[in-house]
Amino acid sequence: MEALPTVETARKLGLLPEEFEQICQILGRTPNFTELSIYSVMWSEHCSYKNSIVWLKTLPKDSPKMLAKAGEENAGIVDLGDGLACAFKIESHNHPSAVEPYQGAATGVGGINRDIFTMGARPIAQLNSLRFGNLNTDRTKWLVKGVVKGIGDYGNAFGVPTVGGEVYFDDCYEINPLVNAFSAGILKTDKIARAISYGAGNPVFIVGSATGKDGIHGATFASEDISEKSTEKLPAVQVGDPFQEKLLLEATLEIIETGCVIGIQDMGAAGIICSTSEMSAKGKHGMNVWLDRVPTRQPNMKPFEILLSESQERMLVVVEKGKEDIIQRIFDKWDLHCVQIGEVIEGERLYFYMNGELVADVPAESLVLGGEAPQYHREYREPAYYQEYKKFDINSVPDIVPEQIGEVGRFLIAHPNICSRRWIYEQYDRMVGTANVGSVTPSDAAVVNVKGTDKNIVITVDCNGRYVKADPETGCAIAVAESARNVVCSGGEPVAITNNLNFGNPYVPEVYWQFVGSIKGMKKACERFGTPVTGGNVSFYNQSTPKSGDGGVDYAVFPTPTIGMLGILEGWQNRMTLHFKQAGDLIYLIGEAKNDIASSEYLYSFRGVKASPAPAFDLETEYHLQQAVAAVIKAKLVQSAHDVSDGGLWTALTESALHGKLGYDIKVPVNSGIRLDAYLFGESQSRVVVSVSPDKAAAFEAMLTAHNTPFSKLGNVRADGKLNVNGATVLTVGEARELYEGTLPKYLN
Amino acid sequence: MKFGVVVFPGSNCDDDMIFALRDVLGQPAVKLWHKSHDLEGCDFIVLPGGFSYGDYLRSGAIARFSPIMNEVIAHAQKGGYVMGICNGFQILTESGLLPGALLRNTNRQYICKNVYLKPVTADSLLTRGLDVHKAYQIPIAHGEGRYYAPHHLLDEIKDNDQILFKYCDQSGAVTEEANPNGAVENIAGICNARRNVFGMMPHPERACHPMLGNTDGYELLASIIIEKVLL
Repeated sequence: MEALPTVETARKLGLLPEEFEQICQILGRTPNFTELSIYSVMWSEHCSYKNSIVWLKTLPKDSPKMLAKAGEENAGIVDLGDGLACAFKIESHNHPSAVEPYQGAATGVGGINRDIFTMGARPIAQLNSLRFGNLNTDRTKWLVKGVVKGIGDYGNAFGVPTVGGEVYFDDCYEINPLVNAFSAGILKTDKIARAISYGAGNPVFIVGSATGKDGIHGATFASEDISEKSTEKLPAVQVGDPFQEKLLLEATLEIIETGCVIGIQDMGAAGIICSTSEMSAKGKHGMNVWLDRVPTRQPNMKPFEILLSESQERMLVVVEKGKEDIIQRIFDKWDLHCVQIGEVIEGERLYFYMNGELVADVPAESLVLGGEAPQYHREYREPAYYQEYKKFDINSVPDIVPEQIGEVGRFLIAHPNICSRRWIYEQYDRMVGTANVGSVTPSDAAVVNVKGTDKNIVITVDCNGRYVKADPETGCAIAVAESARNVVCSGGEPVAITNNLNFGNPYVPEVYWQFVGSIKGMKKACERFGTPVTGGNVSFYNQSTPKSGDGGVDYAVFPTPTIGMLGILEGWQNRMTLHFKQAGDLIYLIGEAKNDIASSEYLYSFRGVKASPAPAFDLETEYHLQQAVAAVIKAKLVQSAHDVSDGGLWTALTESALHGKLGYDIKVPVNSGIRLDAYLFGESQSRVVVSVSPDKAAAFEAMLTAHNTPFSKLGNVRADGKLNVNGATVLTVGEARELYEGTLPKYLN
Repeated sequence: MKFGVVVFPGSNCDDDMIFALRDVLGQPAVKLWHKSHDLEGCDFIVLPGGFSYGDYLRSGAIARFSPIMNEVIAHAQKGGYVMGICNGFQILTESGLLPGALLRNTNRQYICKNVYLKPVTADSLLTRGLDVHKAYQIPIAHGEGRYYAPHHLLDEIKDNDQILFKYCDQSGAVTEEANPNGAVENIAGICNARRNVFGMMPHPERACHPMLGNTDGYELLASIIIEKVLL
């Protein structure tokens, strides 16, 4: 008989003394080591959202299009009409990727796709949002290469196209890179599979890969009983097998189609214990589970190891009693394990047995979010830097003279945060599925056809963490606004978001202040755009040196609440692209220029001024701008549309010129009260560059006037590839291409 | 012509090929499961792209031993048509139905991009409808697509006019810069000496519909089914 664990064991497993006390009360006794391990993972931040849920609940969740709301299922489901729906979600794999970038990123891709197909949806497109440190360091190069190869190898073999994404470099991500993976899938509304368990006597199956010791949180499992000699052998990072995932995808969709499935959930974080407890709690039933029946990769695995293993490519399935053979035949066809490991019982307790011995007995409800898992109101405090940043005065930085436009322009289009991502995306299969409408010509957001219909999903991931650090509320509202702008500029209508909240240590009040501000900004923006939050993921502890008190915030990554937005577009022919089409077309700026360089790449990287507030942004202005842009696109009055974001107007114009190898002539207004650097390189929000054929110009201007939307004519598209500002050639499009395309290969080849 | 698209467990371009053949070209097309021994009366067998059995060993090395491949090989030996795209091409070289081998790309990375192809001969089912002076834009997506054949074999392939496509630039010039993966002599696709088995790394089915922004691949696939040889 092993000795019962103590509060000290609990502490080593990452539980607080009061949480240990609570567990003893729930059970009416002291938990054994297996049970304590169960609570430690289920009450971890990752599973319970204990430090974020009270704020997440304030986010808007509802719209007429929502079929499954945040927290109800593995991912949100949005109605596409005609009996079809889209399930989509974003999830982080930051910590594993920091240790082992290849497997960390690969299993991140695997995990998010399982969340989608466990609902009965076939994934049709993936995105990713990546953050790394300084591209000059060997560590960053190693991380970038490993992460990109991991995403590529997994996604390419799995057979779902990676159609877009973002990558951003800053020293703050040096120790803690961020790897956020997004997937979207299509399902029939009458075939939505649920993560639920009910019906006493129904069999419980584990399907897919065998269970190994991978992914058990090695570091937290040091205890008196489980000594160093075992913990040392526990790899903390899971290993991915995209071939198994592909088989699991096909088999899962086939069994859901039969109608014999009561409930199904993928095994991600916390493995068997997470899926058994969440499904049981939702269905108000219990389970008997025989752990010795679980197929394992190695002999003599301990009960807690089998329960907590995060081996990839596995699912838990509850099947209608009597229909076992139907399910078994499908898994045989795909050569996958399908083993009954338990049965549903009345009552809401989970009983885990090993070779006939009861090794854990816990109430399901006590483990899960929404049940008895703890929820905390954390302390937060405005950090000192916030007011400092606000003191920034544009006059403390000299304006550029016209002769400097080329120098700054070259610097920006070659900057790692702005330059071409070709080195990355050419390693991703972007075309499998033959539904990516934008693989030849680019748009601000990816547009993917729902095969066999006129419907298209329009998807993007966006966040500028520098803006969010400068002002969490405004910065996060900008992230939502920019993703909506990208959808609108591609011809789509924004409908919902998923979020990936990447922050530092929530126990540092200044970090938590960043989190709270971000949620407030996201709430406002999502309410304005009518885009509810369908779910997502919280990743805290992206922090190198967890120091308490003042200064702790300096060791955290930029607060990075990545927004993954879903839009809808009827008719792929109605997609809008971002590149100039025709010499002689007129170039317009929709929206207003501002005398603002705050938090721009120009100010931060070229001028080296790190302390400034978020760029100018007004939510109402942004909303009306997007309505106007949507209207002129719908009326077929524009040839191209590209939003002004990182790198400002110059970058937007130059990117618009690059694809078609065309040039432009633009004039900067004189005596407008706007500095030259602010006009060309500032990142004030709510602006879009469009090109318009001359015969449509009058109708275009009339429509914007009717919308009360400010606009200005910048110039026109040139055939000869010269990029001219105020009559002087700054660059040729060929030179711009070399700079734009040259940066990542220079660092990474 | 009835088409059969073989589905290995890790195939992921099978639906795309069915879409191209059935929905775009309007041809009868069925899926053939890898564990089956029945070609279901198909005239033209397609081995689609993907990762047949995971391809952790060497692309196509295991697929050649699958049950359906016995029938595919017999079909080819009887003169029946077989075409392999990407992973399908790798399986055809592994099973000896096509000469040569497909090695790791020279940059050791997976490459997905639009490239240009120049038809080298019009004397094949796959190229008979094409203009040998034109560059066709067709995407590639592979990690092991560097075609290789030793000298003597390469001479034989050339003597028999077995090269179907070479990588070229937009103007049709076959240059080193236009070679995405290091393939010997820019070779992107070949046929066997009997001219009934075809293999190519690029994916024509990914360029067969206006929605995809590219219809050059349509011309390749349509070449298979045109009634008269357009020469």
